[in-house]
Amino acid sequence: MSKNYFEIIRAGVNTTFQDKGRNNLYHIGIPFSGAMDNRNYLLANKLVGNKLDLPVIEFAYQGPLLRFYGDKINIVITGDVIFKIKQRSREIDGNCYETYQLENEDEINILSTNKSVYGYLAISGKFDLKLQWDSCSINTKANIGSNGGKKLENEQKIKISEVNENLNNKKINYLNSKIENIRIMKGTNFDYFSEKGKKDFLEKEFTVSKLSDRMGMRLEGPEIENIVNTNIKSEGLLKGVIQVPADGNPIIMLSDHGTIGGYPKIAVVASVDYDRLVQISPGSKIKFKEIELSDAETLFKLYEMETKNLLSQI
Amino acid sequence: MIKNILNLGDAALYCDFGTEVNKKINSEVIKYFNTIKEINIEGINNLTPSYNKLIISYDLKVTNYKEIKDKIEKLDVAEAQKINNKNIEIPVCCDPSFSLDMTRVENKLNLTKDKILENFFNKEFFCYMTGFIAGMPFLGDLDENMRVQRLETPRVKVPKGSVGITEQFADIYTFESPGGWNIIGNTPIEVFDSSKEINPNLINPGDTVKFKQITLEEYKNYNE
Repeated sequence: MSKNYFEIIRAGVNTTFQDKGRNNLYHIGIPFSGAMDNRNYLLANKLVGNKLDLPVIEFAYQGPLLRFYGDKINIVITGDVIFKIKQRSREIDGNCYETYQLENEDEINILSTNKSVYGYLAISGKFDLKLQWDSCSINTKANIGSNGGKKLENEQKIKISEVNENLNNKKINYLNSKIENIRIMKGTNFDYFSEKGKKDFLEKEFTVSKLSDRMGMRLEGPEIENIVNTNIKSEGLLKGVIQVPADGNPIIMLSDHGTIGGYPKIAVVASVDYDRLVQISPGSKIKFKEIELSDAETLFKLYEMETKNLLSQI
Repeated sequence: MIKNILNLGDAALYCDFGTEVNKKINSEVIKYFNTIKEINIEGINNLTPSYNKLIISYDLKVTNYKEIKDKIEKLDVAEAQKINNKNIEIPVCCDPSFSLDMTRVENKLNLTKDKILENFFNKEFFCYMTGFIAGMPFLGDLDENMRVQRLETPRVKVPKGSVGITEQFADIYTFESPGGWNIIGNTPIEVFDSSKEINPNLINPGDTVKFKQITLEEYKNYNE
């Protein structure tokens, strides 16, 4: 056991441990969870020389202010994040995708994500965490995962159980691309909606609501008119499914979604756009664009190749 | 039998077993669910059985819609092994401090509280599925005269342990959660135990459930 740890001076808005998530538990009501933006999660681990599936700290909007106690450790921040590093009492502006070496009493101050939602902090080593179903991922609604399933709080300590031997500094140049057009496939209840409802859904703009979180992204815009039934017999949900409840405002299921739902499914977001979808901040405008399944599969393959390519440059 | 298979996005198969809700169709869904779970098809990373649908999620990095669809269509479920379903008794206290919607249910059903409780506690329920929140069982079927619509405005917080009814179904809130079911009582027992990695759910699809009425005194002493 190493004596290294972080003290949380300010926890931030929604700071949790996340990793690759949990599989094969939908049938008992436990969602996938895991890092919202998978590409930035993988890049964070790779930059600090970790195995790609290790836990990292995920934050949303305002991140944590952490003070390091111990010998030496490398850290990296990924996403589009504004932060400062205090090294040996000298404060510098930090760059994402570049590692920094911390020594005893150095600090990381994550001020905010920049026109985006989620960012990641990885350390060159392992946090001392208790896993649940092979994952640290914290699901605050079900209190599942490390830290008792609760978000991190002020004055808590984050223990580090292991520090990597090789502490070479690494960086890459990467710019997060933003999207406004979300590619979707028709859902299983697409025909529950009127011609006008379908047209509005595919052509009009929607605003991302403030009520969005890790469970779902709520949208405001034209009311999508349902002509069949505003309820269906409850059935499984997935991340990316877009449900339209009786009020006509679409909700996109995100990583901590309820596993079963009874609202009609108008569409499903293509996997290729998921990482960028979750980064769209409240108040932003989005539009949907319909694509075929075969296109969605090809686009995802290309996106995966690009991710692998980025990882191989590190 | 599966009537129709569709894609639900690019990473899941939507298997449709019909539109009705009954034990026969649900048993088919559960048979497929158990068979697929048993044989471990590469790439499949989640299964969500419900009343009459089975959603099969897969890792798009490993496989695709066509491959999984072919495998499911060729699946032999005829020899599905017998699953040991349990009979479970759930203690419920219907003290007014717990039965938040009793008056509403009495008015909607035009039945007295005593009659509602008699019907409810005499019923043997079947678990169709679990989910929405971890471990929540969806139980059926209530008789025609006991069916009431969900609340017009859902509660923001339904207390943990609440027992609710809606249409022909009953459920148990395993956590404090938002919800729109009519709450008629509360159970002191843990229906979901997150400290158990294997079988965290007390009630699983296919199980039989009977509720047993307890007094407020018994409720308070239950976990001591």
